[in-house]
Amino acid sequence: MIYKIIGKRVKRVEDPRLLTGGALFVDDVNLPEMLHAAFLRSDYAHARIKSIDTSQAAALPGVVGVFTAEDMGEDWEPGPPLVSPPPTLENVTFHSRRQVPLVKDKIRHAGEIIAVVVAESRYIAEDAVEEIQIDYEPLPAVVNLEKSLQPDSPLVHDDLDSNLAAHLVQKKGDYESAREEAELIIKRRFHLDRGAAAAMENRGLVVDWNAKDQHLMVWDATQSPIPIRNGMAARLGLRTHQVRVVAPFVGGGFGPKIMMFYAEEMVLPWLTMKLNRPVKWIEDRRENFYATTQEREQIQEVEMALSKEGRILGIKQSIIHDTGAYNPYGLTTPLNTQSHSMGGYDVKNYESELTVVFTNKTIVTPVRGAGRPQGIFVVERLLDIASRELGIDGRDLRRLNFIDPDDFPYHHQIIDQAFTELVFDSGNYLPVYKKALETIGYDRFLQEEQPRLRKEGRHVGIGVVPFIETTGVGPYEGARVAIEPSGKVSAATGVGTQGQGHMTSFAQIIAEALSVDVEDVSMVTGDTAEIHWGTGTFASRGAVVAGNAVLAAAQDVRQKVLTLASKILETPEEELELDGGLVRVADIPEQSISLGELAVLANPFRGAVEPGTEPGLESTKYFGPAYGATAFGVHALILEVDPETMMIKFLKYVTVEDCGTMLNPLIVEGQIHGGVSMGIGNSYYEKLHFDDNGQLLNASLADYLLPTSAEMPPIEVIHLNTPAPNNALGTKGVGEAGAIPVPAAFIQALENALAEYELEILETPLSPNRLFELLHKQEENQ
Amino acid sequence: MASQYKLTVAVNGKEYQREVDPRTLLSDFLRYDLGLTGTHVGCEQGVCGACTVLLEGEAVRSCLLFAPQVDGLEIITVEGLGTIDDLHPLQEAFRDAHALQCGFCTPGFLTTLVPGLKENPHPTEEQIREAISGNLCRCTGYQHIIDAVKLAAEKLDA
Repeated sequence: MIYKIIGKRVKRVEDPRLLTGGALFVDDVNLPEMLHAAFLRSDYAHARIKSIDTSQAAALPGVVGVFTAEDMGEDWEPGPPLVSPPPTLENVTFHSRRQVPLVKDKIRHAGEIIAVVVAESRYIAEDAVEEIQIDYEPLPAVVNLEKSLQPDSPLVHDDLDSNLAAHLVQKKGDYESAREEAELIIKRRFHLDRGAAAAMENRGLVVDWNAKDQHLMVWDATQSPIPIRNGMAARLGLRTHQVRVVAPFVGGGFGPKIMMFYAEEMVLPWLTMKLNRPVKWIEDRRENFYATTQEREQIQEVEMALSKEGRILGIKQSIIHDTGAYNPYGLTTPLNTQSHSMGGYDVKNYESELTVVFTNKTIVTPVRGAGRPQGIFVVERLLDIASRELGIDGRDLRRLNFIDPDDFPYHHQIIDQAFTELVFDSGNYLPVYKKALETIGYDRFLQEEQPRLRKEGRHVGIGVVPFIETTGVGPYEGARVAIEPSGKVSAATGVGTQGQGHMTSFAQIIAEALSVDVEDVSMVTGDTAEIHWGTGTFASRGAVVAGNAVLAAAQDVRQKVLTLASKILETPEEELELDGGLVRVADIPEQSISLGELAVLANPFRGAVEPGTEPGLESTKYFGPAYGATAFGVHALILEVDPETMMIKFLKYVTVEDCGTMLNPLIVEGQIHGGVSMGIGNSYYEKLHFDDNGQLLNASLADYLLPTSAEMPPIEVIHLNTPAPNNALGTKGVGEAGAIPVPAAFIQALENALAEYELEILETPLSPNRLFELLHKQEENQ
Repeated sequence: MASQYKLTVAVNGKEYQREVDPRTLLSDFLRYDLGLTGTHVGCEQGVCGACTVLLEGEAVRSCLLFAPQVDGLEIITVEGLGTIDDLHPLQEAFRDAHALQCGFCTPGFLTTLVPGLKENPHPTEEQIREAISGNLCRCTGYQHIIDAVKLAAEKLDA
């Protein structure tokens, strides 16, 4: 019997526990004798510490210890570099500077940790933090990206000559020749700014060193438990099997929970081994704004050369990218920007100079989109401008330039974040674009609705933006699938889960492969005791990389089942079928054996296991794609803006997404809805405001505005499918897709709604205040 | 060291007597003193709504209350709405509609919606959006949550 479960809207198996308050999140871990850590964080963005006096703090009843960098002695060392500079590029300048557990020489961003208090309760620990006396020598802060490169700028890292963290140039074709042939050259300067991931659960960890057992147990709200386990073991001089890291239910990741190692992840294990008691630290929201990584600030100067018919002949770009006080994550984010600055277009000539700078601000590592939105923003804005200057409809410009379906795999000849050549594996863009335009009713809106609404004095506009998303990158993931003596299936993979429903979607793959019900598959993610090798959940790769490993392992187990059943039932494999936990002879259904019985027989207590076979019905497989799978989509929206109140209302929002085979459409839709809400936040409500002293001015959810249900529109999700050719599932990632094109689409619609103002908006995020400024500046100019 | 405060409180129909440091937040009291970890803490600033519980039937932010303030009163947390084997229709609807992803904000939505649906059993989409505008969710974009509420309204009707 054929079980078709992949692609079905299966309800999630993990939901009942989550719905009834029975799911374990890291702050739910409470151990006997557990201590609580609280951190003294710097108020200054840039300062030297002249003296620290912890004596009053240490004297508070209930305080077990107060520790600084000095107390760590030889155990003090910066975090490991996560990503090296691209080895496949020449002429790369890269200065690696990683974050530290506790500040030693000087403070480099507000929120950096100076000291840690360990006490019997969080309340006492926080009281004690207030008692620590610090004598600071404030230093001028490096905040502005362009000023950071000036020769007289203060230095974030004094052992370097400047604040340059990295520099490289990527070239494809010959831009200068393309420029000479161009009939239109557009050049603009863009400023994109920081936003936070702001997952609803802040970070946290509980560590428990058992000296008798010589074992370290860690619960960490991380997206990458296996590398955390490996790094902790290395730092503490333990074998990897002496450390177990569990990422339990995690309340949202979105990127920053994969940053490794946060200072807290270096300090807490040290504390538990020193004090021989479990230690817990749970971040609060204010700390999250300062100390959890952020992303998105770049200044870009971009030039596009076009023919008079609107063909893009070339793009030249210079990016200044802010990495914050340290750069543990290397060049991942800005490389993604480069990979997306040509969009889904056939651009044969591209030159992009990347300069990365250190600033005295929170460390920058990927946040949903991870540099991709910035690339899509600039290319789509330039096409909007080209459309006006050439007098060619923006839709025609896109259609003229899309990569032709016959040209895949499309080789871009620049490198991407995985250090391999950027290759778009597959795609068919025109039908997706057409579907979006039809569904939003583009022509009818422009020709009938907009003029009618304008007559009523309403400012309503439309925006349609196509985008690509690189997904499914390596290096690899693994999966272990096993049939238990009970007959149920247990499985594990190394990626963590922060809401993506892996426990269900991966179970669907296994259920289909083994012809069992999803409820009979128990899928565990995020526990290093269950599987030893893996990387983590990031870059929209779970379904592609872990999913295909799950498939391979499940198929291997199916084969083992058939091989063994064939022997036991004395029937050729071709005549056997799997159905709901049984293996049956096709024409003689009474001749059957259950999966559970087979599992027991596969692990005999006596007798001999045949050479070349393995005991049990278990398989561990790995999948590592040579290059990623490139998804494609289009967002189309209609919005209304009130030029007096600056309030925005979305009237219609459509997404058409091609992410290949979907594992579970419910989950895909959920990912897109959530991505769009972050994208809308990035467009109009969310901006981290740093002042000239590197102080974050809006470090609370009351001042950093996340979209609520009142701001969010209903979103229509349509799915088309161009299967990915390079993985057996034919799937592509979709986790970040919802967020990527939104700022570009939003601005296009806003300019269209306010057409009489002739705005040209080259920045994101906007805000009601900022729109007010732009409108009034334009009114003065006109 | 502050003297302890003796309090009596009924949570999910069960009476508890405890001695607490008077400045203990209600959210911490529920989660640690009573072990009811279903109520989650997202901000301790009163904005996100994840910590919402029902105090005498009304939705309140437990991160903005001190434990002594609930002395002698009745509280319902998410654990009191339903169990795995006996989900509240709203919980079932959330599952059917995929209204939760990471699940961290979910208890706060459930406790907010239970009195909301009692007060207005047939809300329009706009009324639903208004009713939950004090609960932040970063994963779902709210759409499936709204679908779940509509579904729950039907279930509760039946």
